[in-house]
Amino acid sequence: MDAFLQNCLNGISIGSSYALIAIGYTMVYGILRLINFAHGDIFMMAGYFMIIAMTDLMLPWYVSVILVILATVLLGVFTEKLAYKPLRSAPRMSIMISAIGVSYLLQNLATYLFSALPKSYPTIGFLSQKIVIGNISTSLVTFITPILTILLVVGLVLLVNKTKVGMAMRAVSKDFETAQLMGIKINNVISMTFVIGSALAAIGSILYFTPRTQVYPLAGSLPGLKCFVAAVFGGIGSVPGALLGGFLIGLCETFIKAGRFSEFSDAFTFVILIVVLLFRPTGLFGEKISEKV
Amino acid sequence: MKKSTKAICSLAAIAVLAAVIFYAGTLPTTSMFRTTFQMASIYALLAVSMNMLNGVTGQFSLGQAGFMTLGAYTYAILTIPVAARPNVYYLYGVAPWLENLILPIPVALIISGLVAALFAALIGAPVLRLKSDYFAIATLGFAEVVRIVVASSWLNTITNGSLGLNNIPSFKSYYSTFGVVIICIAIMGLIKNSTYGRSFKAIRDDEIAAEAMGINLAKTKLLSFVISSFFAGIGGALLAMYLKAVSATTFTLATATYYILLMVVIGGMGSISGSIIASFLVIFSKEWWLRFLDSPAYIGSFQVPLLRSGFRMVIFSIVLMVVVLFFRKGIMGDKEITWDGIHRLFTAKKKKREVSDDAR
Repeated sequence: MDAFLQNCLNGISIGSSYALIAIGYTMVYGILRLINFAHGDIFMMAGYFMIIAMTDLMLPWYVSVILVILATVLLGVFTEKLAYKPLRSAPRMSIMISAIGVSYLLQNLATYLFSALPKSYPTIGFLSQKIVIGNISTSLVTFITPILTILLVVGLVLLVNKTKVGMAMRAVSKDFETAQLMGIKINNVISMTFVIGSALAAIGSILYFTPRTQVYPLAGSLPGLKCFVAAVFGGIGSVPGALLGGFLIGLCETFIKAGRFSEFSDAFTFVILIVVLLFRPTGLFGEKISEKV
Repeated sequence: MKKSTKAICSLAAIAVLAAVIFYAGTLPTTSMFRTTFQMASIYALLAVSMNMLNGVTGQFSLGQAGFMTLGAYTYAILTIPVAARPNVYYLYGVAPWLENLILPIPVALIISGLVAALFAALIGAPVLRLKSDYFAIATLGFAEVVRIVVASSWLNTITNGSLGLNNIPSFKSYYSTFGVVIICIAIMGLIKNSTYGRSFKAIRDDEIAAEAMGINLAKTKLLSFVISSFFAGIGGALLAMYLKAVSATTFTLATATYYILLMVVIGGMGSISGSIIASFLVIFSKEWWLRFLDSPAYIGSFQVPLLRSGFRMVIFSIVLMVVVLFFRKGIMGDKEITWDGIHRLFTAKKKKREVSDDAR
């Protein structure tokens, strides 16, 4: 029973950091209809930014966190302006290849700048404190992650549904051209999407790497793919869907890892992806999109 | 251009190609040109096979690494000499049914292609129903699953788990690899120009119109997927032969799929000759010409900045980005090199000059 609760807690914790990254995928896909293959690598770069800030520059953690979020947001927006904006009218395949190119570039750049060997992630003192509840002992970060994630998601849902920016986002994701004709500045909305996605990826990377303690150039590749699966699972384009998808993927993964099939935990995620795509391509909360001829 | 002139030109080109291959074969085995030339030809096959599906048929797959792994492992399992097996499988032992199973190299090569094609046929039917980017991510997922399953402890006695396989035998002759590559690429060239190839292109250009013209979408896409995977499997086997060892991390998303995609994009989506040119360019620069980028260099006592391990790959990814952003068609677009094309290239230049002369 204790093991079960422990797994639940771990699963929800890892799932919520997945959810934070999945939101980035889901929002970009909702607006640009693009799988942002580079998102996982932006998340990896956020890990390196934290190492630079805390280990190399020896800044206190609260300054570092703000710096990391700012740097990641800059990287995300910069990527969009440089690699996706020039291709806005190009066929979708070109934009996807561009996203793959950015991902390849970021991985190679990280290998070049920081070497392929894993670097140890700085510890944020109070996040690594051990806490004991009943028979379960865990670090504070495992506990804080889901709470912080849910708060951020609630805030994001309010932003999307209640503010003018959010309304513009919804309009753009419904119909690109009509929104433009209605006077919405598409480029600003898209930049805003990348700002939100990258900021959440930065927070996600802090919560993800703190218990794992290592960053390497390919560290973002597999989590990135898993988070995309979470986004598809929840229904791409839906923020609460991404949260739920993240939780489910995190829980499944943790329970499989604890069992006999531990080697196949990652494979299982992709099997889920293929099964979901085949039987319910719109995911749990996705909208049905009809193809126009 | 007359037919007879074309035939003479083709014969001359074949003779030059043969001469270059034989020249490479006479070089000492340590020669950079000899090894790089062989590696580039294998990558040309892989790039052309990826291009059949992604460029000619327009189905954007990211599963290349998975099919290469399947081909490479199948080939290795069937050909590692019986005498060497206890050494290769020293940790887990070899499955009893496999102990004395050994096949001649050509047969094993074909079987490795068939195994990749079989898996493609199995997953193709459901996965090909998905639209462009979902298809890409599903094939990518498949490739990851293949890698995980191949390295799992359940297959220890067959695939040697995470240790991978070594002692993989290769052809006795240096030239055989080229033979296989040329035959495979020629077959794909013939397919591209056949009725099937035309229906592939029709699907790429407009699925709905193609269906209206009576092309069976599901069947034709599956055919293209199976053909592409078959040759990816053979390419993977050839690469295993070249490397002499293979493990689950040999062909990953970044080192195989993205790398070959880079060649296809630079060469031009849909052009076989473009893919071949690009793979030779990329491999020669990566393995040979641009090696200096990875080692620190000095001019006098001044150290040239930026040059250190890993810089080469950064340059490659930047080139890919530049091609994607500014030269979206790549070297060849979706055209092929033809004698008429080369002829036109020269005459068109002359005509332009004449026109400008007239204007003056």
